[in-house]
Amino acid sequence: MTTTIYVPCDTTALSLGADRVAKQLQNLAELQGLDIHLVRNGSRGLFWLEPLVEVQTPYGRVAYGPVAPHQVEELVVAGLFEGSSEHPLYLGDIEQHAYLQRQQRLTFARIGITDPVCIEDYIAHGGFAGLKKAAALTPQRIVDEVKTSGLRGRGGAAFPAGIKWQTVLDEPHKQQKYVVCNADEGDSGTFADRLVMECDPYMLIEGMVIAGLAVGATLGFIYVRSEYLLSKKMLDEAIRRAEAHGYLGDNVCGNGRSFRLEVRLGAGAYICGEETSLLESLEGKRGLVRSKPPLPAIKGLFGQPTVVNNVLSLSAVPYIMAHGGKAYADYGMGRSLGTLPIQLAGNIKQGGLIELAFGVTLRKVLEDFGDGTFTGRPIKAVQVGGPLMAYMPEEQWDTPMDYEAFAKLGAGIGHGGVVVFDDTVDMGEQARFAMEFCAVESCGKCTPCRIGSVRGVEVIDRIRAGENRDSNLELLEDLCETMVDGSLCAMGGMTPFPVQSVMKHFPEDLMASPRPVEA
Amino acid sequence: MHISERANPNEAGVIPPDGSEWRPEAIREEVAALQHEPGALLPILHAIQNRIGYVPEGAVPIIADMLQQTRADVHGVISFYHHFRTRSAGSNVLEICRAEACQARGGRALERHVQEKLGVGYHQTTADNEFTLEPVYCLGNCACGPSIRVNNETIGRVTPQTFDQLADSLTTSVLQLK
Repeated sequence: MTTTIYVPCDTTALSLGADRVAKQLQNLAELQGLDIHLVRNGSRGLFWLEPLVEVQTPYGRVAYGPVAPHQVEELVVAGLFEGSSEHPLYLGDIEQHAYLQRQQRLTFARIGITDPVCIEDYIAHGGFAGLKKAAALTPQRIVDEVKTSGLRGRGGAAFPAGIKWQTVLDEPHKQQKYVVCNADEGDSGTFADRLVMECDPYMLIEGMVIAGLAVGATLGFIYVRSEYLLSKKMLDEAIRRAEAHGYLGDNVCGNGRSFRLEVRLGAGAYICGEETSLLESLEGKRGLVRSKPPLPAIKGLFGQPTVVNNVLSLSAVPYIMAHGGKAYADYGMGRSLGTLPIQLAGNIKQGGLIELAFGVTLRKVLEDFGDGTFTGRPIKAVQVGGPLMAYMPEEQWDTPMDYEAFAKLGAGIGHGGVVVFDDTVDMGEQARFAMEFCAVESCGKCTPCRIGSVRGVEVIDRIRAGENRDSNLELLEDLCETMVDGSLCAMGGMTPFPVQSVMKHFPEDLMASPRPVEA
Repeated sequence: MHISERANPNEAGVIPPDGSEWRPEAIREEVAALQHEPGALLPILHAIQNRIGYVPEGAVPIIADMLQQTRADVHGVISFYHHFRTRSAGSNVLEICRAEACQARGGRALERHVQEKLGVGYHQTTADNEFTLEPVYCLGNCACGPSIRVNNETIGRVTPQTFDQLADSLTTSVLQLK
């Protein structure tokens, strides 16, 4: 009898030795004369348990984790191949784990269960059901379904996806239209796009084909950041197989319409996550931000009507089409409908992917899922939504995760990243880094961002050195205001948010001299 | 920079990734293979860097000519993106994540340690040509930081000790190849 063993192949599992674990399992099975079928599945997103090894038994899949390469042998001796519970790393059925039980995984329903590039696996787990429905509908009906779902752009701007699609659909037919997927996931603390691409790439492909059918586009591009080479590899392979199975190509699902997809690599520029900069980059140019209007929906890639959506927005679409927009809108609160893939990161004991309906409080995420900091020290600040968003002190953690509620505090949900810092963090240094990062990554087109960020670093250094502190603080406030009001895009326009949050909530750190970093 | 200006490769014992100095013909081949794609310049630059290890300045006029763009356009694109390099790197390209999630897990101390251990700053190559050190802003491994990437392989939860072991093993294996 063949025993099926699962060892994840996503970047995080690999970064902790998953390949060596897989190799050792194979070697040991061979030594025992045991026939094993090794599946390289995606990660379930419980990252503190990676590499998470699972064994198929007559009673279901049994998990062990985190399995370091040097522990494989003792696990096998303890009966891993039989699913034995005789080892401290035994976890049993991982799907019963509270971390997963407490989630509402609509988009991430399949990750970690399937082999990412196995199209039969994808179909067996509900894949392409949404596309099959969409292929039988008129473009307007598809757009209406997305409108009903209330889906808003998950990249950070939270613009209603249905309205964007409608704009592109309403542009005259008989011209080239495009669907562009923004997979330039550059925010620190985020990895949900990467998980989709590495662990369930067909879902993104399916979402893009549906978008193509909805707006009348025949060509799509996925712009993947160059740091995500594994994502590109997985997508390329999935696209090849989807073409072979008729889900992409000249006759999508046999309905006579055409849609093709191509993956393009970025080249290490954070600004290319801004949609107009991304389009410039796709056109082979410097990633300079464009002025809006015209909107990309009207004049986008190569001047043609273009849907630009984030990976998570497009990945939500297959569920919406398969189960109906209403089913998706039943989750969430206010104008933030559906689920939010939260990415818990930084100094946290149980980091990972947490998909929940909008409305959960930050405190619940930190306590119920995170289980405290990795270092065991108290949490001092949490940065939600990436490097351009505010640092939140404890008194704000009871805010429900909802776009409007966060905006009221001058904070934001962004792409859903939650980065936790313990009480050893020097918040003055974090404020300085926000400006420094902007100086490195600014596209240079507008002055407030290009010059403001450099001046920001200098002014913070002076404040921390105790030089004319009061007037420099006033100057910093003024500079932040100028950047917010005068920048062309969110890069310069939001870089002040973390700085202002430090000025407001952690002024004592900003006034103190920088703490030395021990190597 | 022209090929002749490169730090003496033989003295440092470095063999460029393709086993030879770059040839204009190699550049022409890469451009020709992709120039008909829409927005071809980035894919072309990736192809050249993957083949030669960097984008030589001498490639700029060739690319510009074949794409019917100005040299300034092509140079502008190369210099805009952090990923493209215009001179060869050391045997190992080492990227350290400088972003917030890694900072929260001791990333700053790690970057200090690495710079002291290797004796170089960012965008520099060690004197023995073993390591080129680069900053990177997020590798998407944010729940298991601090993270580094060595020759495109991401490694999580790096401590100064595990870094030292890694650096030693990389240096040793290169010596064995000689």
